[in-house]
Amino acid sequence: MTTRIRLCHLYPDQLNIYADRGNIAVFRRRAERRGYELELIGVGVGEALAPECDLIYLGGGQDREQALIAPDLARRSEEISAALEDGAALLAVCGGYQLLGRGYRDRTGVEMPGAGVLPLETVAGDRRMIGDVSIECELEPGEMLTVVGFENHGGRTLLDDGAVPLGRVVHGFGNDGESGFEGCRLGKAIGTYLHGPLLPRNPWLADWLLGQALARKLGEPPELKELDDELEYQAHAVALGRARERGGKFR
Amino acid sequence: MRIPLAISTLVARAVGAASRFSGKGGGTTLPGRVLNALNPGGMARLATRLKQGSAIISATNGKTTTAAMTAAILAPRFSLAGNPAGANLSSGVSTALLQTHGADLGLFEVDEAALPRVSEALRPRVLCLGNLFRDQLDRYGELEMLAERWRGVVADLPTDNTLVINGDDPQLAQLARARESVIRFGIEDERYGGPLPHAADARYCSACGVAYRYELAYVGHLGKYSCPGCGFERTKPNIWAEEVELEGLTGSSFRLRLPERTLSVRLGLPGLYNIYNALAAATLGYALGAPAEEIVSGLESTRAAFGRSERIAVGDKKLLLLLIKNPTGANEVVRTLVSGGAPKTLVIALNDGIADGQDTSWIWDVDFEPLLGELERLIASGGRAAELALRFKYAGFPEGAIELIPAPAAALDRGLELTEAQGELVVCPTYTAMLELQNELAERGHADPYWQRAARAREESGQARKPR
Repeated sequence: MTTRIRLCHLYPDQLNIYADRGNIAVFRRRAERRGYELELIGVGVGEALAPECDLIYLGGGQDREQALIAPDLARRSEEISAALEDGAALLAVCGGYQLLGRGYRDRTGVEMPGAGVLPLETVAGDRRMIGDVSIECELEPGEMLTVVGFENHGGRTLLDDGAVPLGRVVHGFGNDGESGFEGCRLGKAIGTYLHGPLLPRNPWLADWLLGQALARKLGEPPELKELDDELEYQAHAVALGRARERGGKFR
Repeated sequence: MRIPLAISTLVARAVGAASRFSGKGGGTTLPGRVLNALNPGGMARLATRLKQGSAIISATNGKTTTAAMTAAILAPRFSLAGNPAGANLSSGVSTALLQTHGADLGLFEVDEAALPRVSEALRPRVLCLGNLFRDQLDRYGELEMLAERWRGVVADLPTDNTLVINGDDPQLAQLARARESVIRFGIEDERYGGPLPHAADARYCSACGVAYRYELAYVGHLGKYSCPGCGFERTKPNIWAEEVELEGLTGSSFRLRLPERTLSVRLGLPGLYNIYNALAAATLGYALGAPAEEIVSGLESTRAAFGRSERIAVGDKKLLLLLIKNPTGANEVVRTLVSGGAPKTLVIALNDGIADGQDTSWIWDVDFEPLLGELERLIASGGRAAELALRFKYAGFPEGAIELIPAPAAALDRGLELTEAQGELVVCPTYTAMLELQNELAERGHADPYWQRAARAREESGQARKPR
């Protein structure tokens, strides 16, 4: 019997601004090429997260869409924490990343509540941070990986003391343009500003998340068969070049 | 120090002449940049020389085509100043104002983000807003921010001036809510409606936040909507198209309903999106007093604007150039290609310059899937060719059928090689890739340089010539 990965995509109708379906397509195809079935469940406002969830995905949205889902997401604090506790992996991009923190404070001081799942909060800045970005991260001890993407955010995300970033900014802005941190990592949960979409040009990150998702049922991440990623490497190399040439100021 | 207008215009024109003489470019923006820098009020003052005032067209998609159609409609009655080469930032508008003498009406397409500045300077007697889709979020920021700036533009437009909007776009209908003098256009033909596409914009009412109910959508989020929350809904347009017949890649026909007249129109441009462009042009022409017959003959005589479903002969083969730049526009290109018989070979050139959008994520929101059944070979080109190839790969298109040729000229050659004699090769470039291809075609003698063609288009459409 094939092992099935149950992927819950939160708010697919509202949080989809940065080609989030590209990330879903990568999860699906890379799972299927390894003989795993991917079961995709869209979870909208007011709907419960499916039980036995292996992987949770949240995408990005514009301010209006974020405001529409924020109260619902804030009520999911325990639900999402319980799923993570139960071994689910998680990827949240941009708006979804911000709202998994404690909240988002806009320029007028109005607070949009967050789920409080990740140890961070976000405040609006006076200018948007837009451009190509590259980071270095260590998902497994001793294994340095480069992850590339595009960022476009007005919010500055501040990690709590002791919280672990996804990686260190090499080119671009990252969480706040100052700390040199990008994203947040909490066990098998990853939040990041990097879109583009993120996974097609960083297939190793997709595979890591798939492995972590599979570990919920299998006990540990299985060995995933190597795929022909020539196009992915090329796309990665070009994106990395862009980050180097025209990304932000951190080196 | 303030530099007098006469001197700033002299310097700006000289710079433009030097730029054209050097053969480096068409000088479609440089003189205006110089003028705007030397004399910030220059654009507004030059515009006052237009006795009949100005009309402005802005939209995410269709500006250049709509402007070309409108110019053709107005040509019998007005001597026009305009920017038909699509230089639609304030520099392009200033350049056009510098280069046209003796024109009595300005007709400008204006970039969405540049609209506040240009509208303030020109005080257009008619402002036509065609649509608002997500496009180049890296440059414009969020769509909602752009809508907010347009709201300001509409609020600042004097009440005597006319606002023309696409009433099928709820975002624009919301902007027009508080105004009395609004002319709305739209499509009334349910056979061409469908469900909202993936990643549609304007799903939620900007007044109350509740999701719109769509009876049907024609193009992107343009369609028949109503808000179950506050009751806001589409009103029947003043000018509309009905009995629409799409004829694949060649054109379309429809019945044009003007307030007092109904006429048949045969368009030489394909796709439902061009019917929206035609409606925008017809409504703009109507607002400026063009009679019905001139509206129809103007629409019917309009040929493809630069790179927008433009056909170019190359030896015994033909190229069909279809510009793509954002999900909604590209979805319509895909729909039109499929309706005309989907191609077996396709060249797509994805660049990521500022004019293309540096963020290429939009290609993942395009529904390329309807092409995959017929497609045998994809030639992925442009600076981000690999990213494009991945888009098709993860859609399930066989990797072995993808050729990666980043240089657009080389991709063009390979595409032509795969095209049989008398056949047509479909090429979908993003904006800067299209410029590269057009330059290449000009160098090979298959097409004239774009600024010459723009100047000719201006002459053909009756726009005032600049003095020699």
